[in-house]
Amino acid sequence: MSWINLTALWKIVVFGLIAGAGLPALFAGGLYSLSLGPHRARAATAGADGGTDSDVLIGGSVIGIAIAVLCFLIVLAAIGWSIYEIYQIGHPAPAKK
Amino acid sequence: MLVLVVITALAFDFTNGFHDTGNAMATSIATKALGPRVAVAISGVLNFVGAFLSLAVAATIANGLVDTGKVTLTVVAAGLAGGIIWNLVTWLFGIPSSSSHALIGGVIGSTFAAAGGSAVLWHGLVSKVVLPAVLSPIIAALVAASGTWLLYRITRSLTSAARSHGFRIGQIGSACLVSLAHGTNDAQKTMGVITLALIVNGTVAEGSNAPIWVIVCCALAISIGTYLGGWRVIRTLGKGLVEIESPQGMAAESASAAVILLSSSFGYSLSTTHVATGSIIGTGLGKRGAEVRWNVAGRMATAWVFTLPSAALVGAGAFGIAHGVGGTVGVVVDLILLAALSAVIYWRSRGSKVDHNNVNAEWTGGAPTPEPAETAAA
Repeated sequence: MSWINLTALWKIVVFGLIAGAGLPALFAGGLYSLSLGPHRARAATAGADGGTDSDVLIGGSVIGIAIAVLCFLIVLAAIGWSIYEIYQIGHPAPAKK
Repeated sequence: MLVLVVITALAFDFTNGFHDTGNAMATSIATKALGPRVAVAISGVLNFVGAFLSLAVAATIANGLVDTGKVTLTVVAAGLAGGIIWNLVTWLFGIPSSSSHALIGGVIGSTFAAAGGSAVLWHGLVSKVVLPAVLSPIIAALVAASGTWLLYRITRSLTSAARSHGFRIGQIGSACLVSLAHGTNDAQKTMGVITLALIVNGTVAEGSNAPIWVIVCCALAISIGTYLGGWRVIRTLGKGLVEIESPQGMAAESASAAVILLSSSFGYSLSTTHVATGSIIGTGLGKRGAEVRWNVAGRMATAWVFTLPSAALVGAGAFGIAHGVGGTVGVVVDLILLAALSAVIYWRSRGSKVDHNNVNAEWTGGAPTPEPAETAAA
């Protein structure tokens, strides 16, 4: 009888990092590529003249938008798949007595 | 008798939802990604859905903590009373303590009082409750800190306004996942207890999963509780620990959701509260220049340590009363006492009201939360 399930522990740490930090990072990458292009709201230009900080998200680059969409879709797909997996694991056949 | 136990269990589930809305929605409300009312409504619905998602935790509670052969319905009822009282007291003081530990503590306390130490499955308690409780906030903080660092690094060339705009959208998604995760873990605990009561009563066989009507009732109770919202706890989590920006909010929520969902599927009944708090502290650590209010964190940690034994004491006391009076009447006496105490706590809470209007007011020390010393004494 072990007091600590190391297999479960490392799985939670590794998958936790992948899903809990990796997916938001992918989302951030999507935001970044979405911002590429001519209309890009750059920190430097907006800050320099003391003008209003633009909150425009879409920079206008077609490739940038395409990559962004791809990133967002991967995030959504990963979430959907994980929820499905959890549903599968969480509903075992009732123990037969 | 069984009916009384089930009602008490659902009341606990209600306070659980009430207490824990903050875990999922505090950060979104703090960064204004969602309006307070919308946030609690979404959270309620997703808790309902999450309750159906996984049954692993319910199985742990029903079969893994106490020897089902030595437990009676009175024991279960007394345990629930312990859990509810502790939940309400900590809610009054705005401390995000663990509802899970309140429940588990209550049940273990009353089992101990009724049948002695041999009826408690200590191994299950330590390996599936105590260790996850210690480890989960650390893991959550690690994940959230990494996430926060990555998010700021990747989006550093964006203006801060554009960045917070983008992440506010992301936060809606991540906050929804936390609510879902909360349903998979916390709604399960009440299901586990009701299943335990059913096993004890002989209604279902030992080792069974929760019957469908139990799942539906628990899902409903927790989502109603969530909808009514624990504004006090939301305030402490969202404003008290760290000043949160939307990228941090998203990082914290993603970390919480990932850790809770993973642990749920392993059957670990961890505390969503501990995880959410760990994540929020993690985002404070992951961003340069951010300040973590360690005194608030320390106060919470103190409450966490006290939760399990205090709820156990209340649970044991409740069993003592019920056992002393005897039979169904004893349980009724317990419930009347419980209702009276709840009313007093509700009445006291009116004095310093926290609701959707002032939930985001500037954090000025402890107010409107009274001093922690009183909590420890309570």
